[in-house]
Amino acid sequence: MSDRIFGLVGALLAIGYAFAAMQIEESFLSDVVGPKAFPLIIATVLGISSLIIALRPDASPVWPPLNRLAEIFAAVVVMILYAELLPEIGFIIATAFAAAYLAWRLGSSVLESVLVGIGTSVGIYAIFHLVLGLSLARGPFGF
Amino acid sequence: METLSTLADGFAIALTWQNLALALLGCFLGTIMGALPGLGPSNGVAILIPLAFTMGLGPTPALILLTSVYYGAMYGGRISSILLNIPGDEPAMMTCLDGYPMAQKGLAGQALAISGIASFVGSFLATWGLVLLAPQLVKIALLFGPAEYFALFALAFMTLGGVSSTNQAKSAFAAALGLALAMIGVDTQTGVPRFTFGEVHLYDGLDFLVAIVGLFALSEVFIFLENRHGGADGDSTKLKVGRLTPPLSMVRETTPTMLRSSFLGFLAGVLPGAGASLGSFISYSMEKRLVDKKGTFGKGDPRGVAAPEAGNNAAAGGALVPMLALGVPGSGTTAVLLAVLLSLNITPGPLLFSQNPDVVWGLIAALFIANFMLLAMNIPMVGLFTRVLMVPPRILMPVVAMVSFVGIYGISGSSFDLLVMIGFGVLGWVLRKFDVPLVPIILGTLLGNTMENNLRRAIAIDNGDWFTLIDSPLAISLWAVAIFGFVLPLIVGRRLKSSMRKKPHEEGSTKD
Repeated sequence: MSDRIFGLVGALLAIGYAFAAMQIEESFLSDVVGPKAFPLIIATVLGISSLIIALRPDASPVWPPLNRLAEIFAAVVVMILYAELLPEIGFIIATAFAAAYLAWRLGSSVLESVLVGIGTSVGIYAIFHLVLGLSLARGPFGF
Repeated sequence: METLSTLADGFAIALTWQNLALALLGCFLGTIMGALPGLGPSNGVAILIPLAFTMGLGPTPALILLTSVYYGAMYGGRISSILLNIPGDEPAMMTCLDGYPMAQKGLAGQALAISGIASFVGSFLATWGLVLLAPQLVKIALLFGPAEYFALFALAFMTLGGVSSTNQAKSAFAAALGLALAMIGVDTQTGVPRFTFGEVHLYDGLDFLVAIVGLFALSEVFIFLENRHGGADGDSTKLKVGRLTPPLSMVRETTPTMLRSSFLGFLAGVLPGAGASLGSFISYSMEKRLVDKKGTFGKGDPRGVAAPEAGNNAAAGGALVPMLALGVPGSGTTAVLLAVLLSLNITPGPLLFSQNPDVVWGLIAALFIANFMLLAMNIPMVGLFTRVLMVPPRILMPVVAMVSFVGIYGISGSSFDLLVMIGFGVLGWVLRKFDVPLVPIILGTLLGNTMENNLRRAIAIDNGDWFTLIDSPLAISLWAVAIFGFVLPLIVGRRLKSSMRKKPHEEGSTKD
């Protein structure tokens, strides 16, 4: 069943992609093939393979129970927050929180998570910024 | 002879303090990454790419660092296979079969030593294979025009799915998806934006490094979150190593096995789409058929440890051949290495050998050196790495995630790229659930634009005649191989893959 849905989504994606390809404006300087042809070929392959997946599905994968899905979703939200807040609050603070959160959700105890968070963030800061000179996001405190 | 003198030049390049230090660092990190379950060669190399860039390394040093990681990971994978019965990465899963029983018999040290020697033999011979075969392949590749290149890329995509997936439709889907992603951005030939939906960030196209790190490294984090086996056992009682020197008779007994397996593994590596996992698998299967007269394979036969290790290390070397000579990688990790080259503005392929011989031969020389370093690290110092195995994923995975973020942010300094990477991480997780191979996606995003340019050039040369694609005997034979390679797995592939799947107990990490 999962594969049928997957195939249908893929087919829709292929159709959408083909439409978007048709929308590409041709430049008057175009070469013989033009910018549309190859994307359309790709859309065709994408569509055909999606249909085959939908018509000849494999056994369904084992989907995690709802609470595990929520777990992944929460991790994604934390990562997005991390990406958005990184330039605002600086590397060390943002990273310490994100790493501590992930460690905690992967089953570390609270104290351990805090240590992992601080250790990861300070460790990466030391190696990447102080030793290797990579510019990391600077927060209000300069780190 | 000419090859030997260029190789000597390569050694002159590789033997600088900086390059030696990088090779040493790479070998060390690679062995750790290979040993840790959850970090394989491809995601290990992927998260280190930004590091190579930020260190401001030139092409040769960067490649030396990253291929040393690659070779190192191939060595390291065996450590957790033998000690914990958990393959450190996918190619090492066959090593569990005899390695773990040996460890249970109290022969862990000998198993580690014999597999270390086998790894050395495999990669040493494969590096020689690379030296001898790559220049020959280059001679053929020089005959290629745009039409032939287009066919070659098609061949790479069509054969790539062959072994890495049970379902050809899914690997075709993955390849098309990768190519589709590559089309995003301003068209290089006419200057019109494609699939950017007005988003300025997309005008330059998606950075494939972002895609790679997201698909390989972040999706791994999600897999661990899903299963929450963050607490995989770091049980120290299992980690008794014992005597590290194998008896001479054992070495003698396993020598023919190592030689045969190296040869087979190398072949498996050179063929597109096969990679190290297949190398270790066929080496083990063939040795079992050939020398397992008393039925000791699977019960702790040293030859059963030597065969897959020689096989997968040889395949790792073999996979570099098409990557360097044709610019078409045969496996996930070599695809990641290709991404490195492309980011450094170096186009692999036949011209690489004439325009940047220093890169090629410096790299090859460094591989020889790295091999000796790895042998030294992996036998006398193996105890150091067994201690690393005690780091549980619940601590490791946050570090992996954060290093990925830092690396990508370090390259571009934009939050937008981080968001795209998260998107790829989720995509990678979903696709792995559906058993869609990730390597064709990477390859698609890497090669998409070159493939299209070759297509357009070929047809433009012939004034719009699409039949030019199948006009030369060379192109026709490439297409024939491509179609054969696509259809053959439909017949035999399922059986091979399912028998490969039956053996491991643990969900393998990213394919190499």
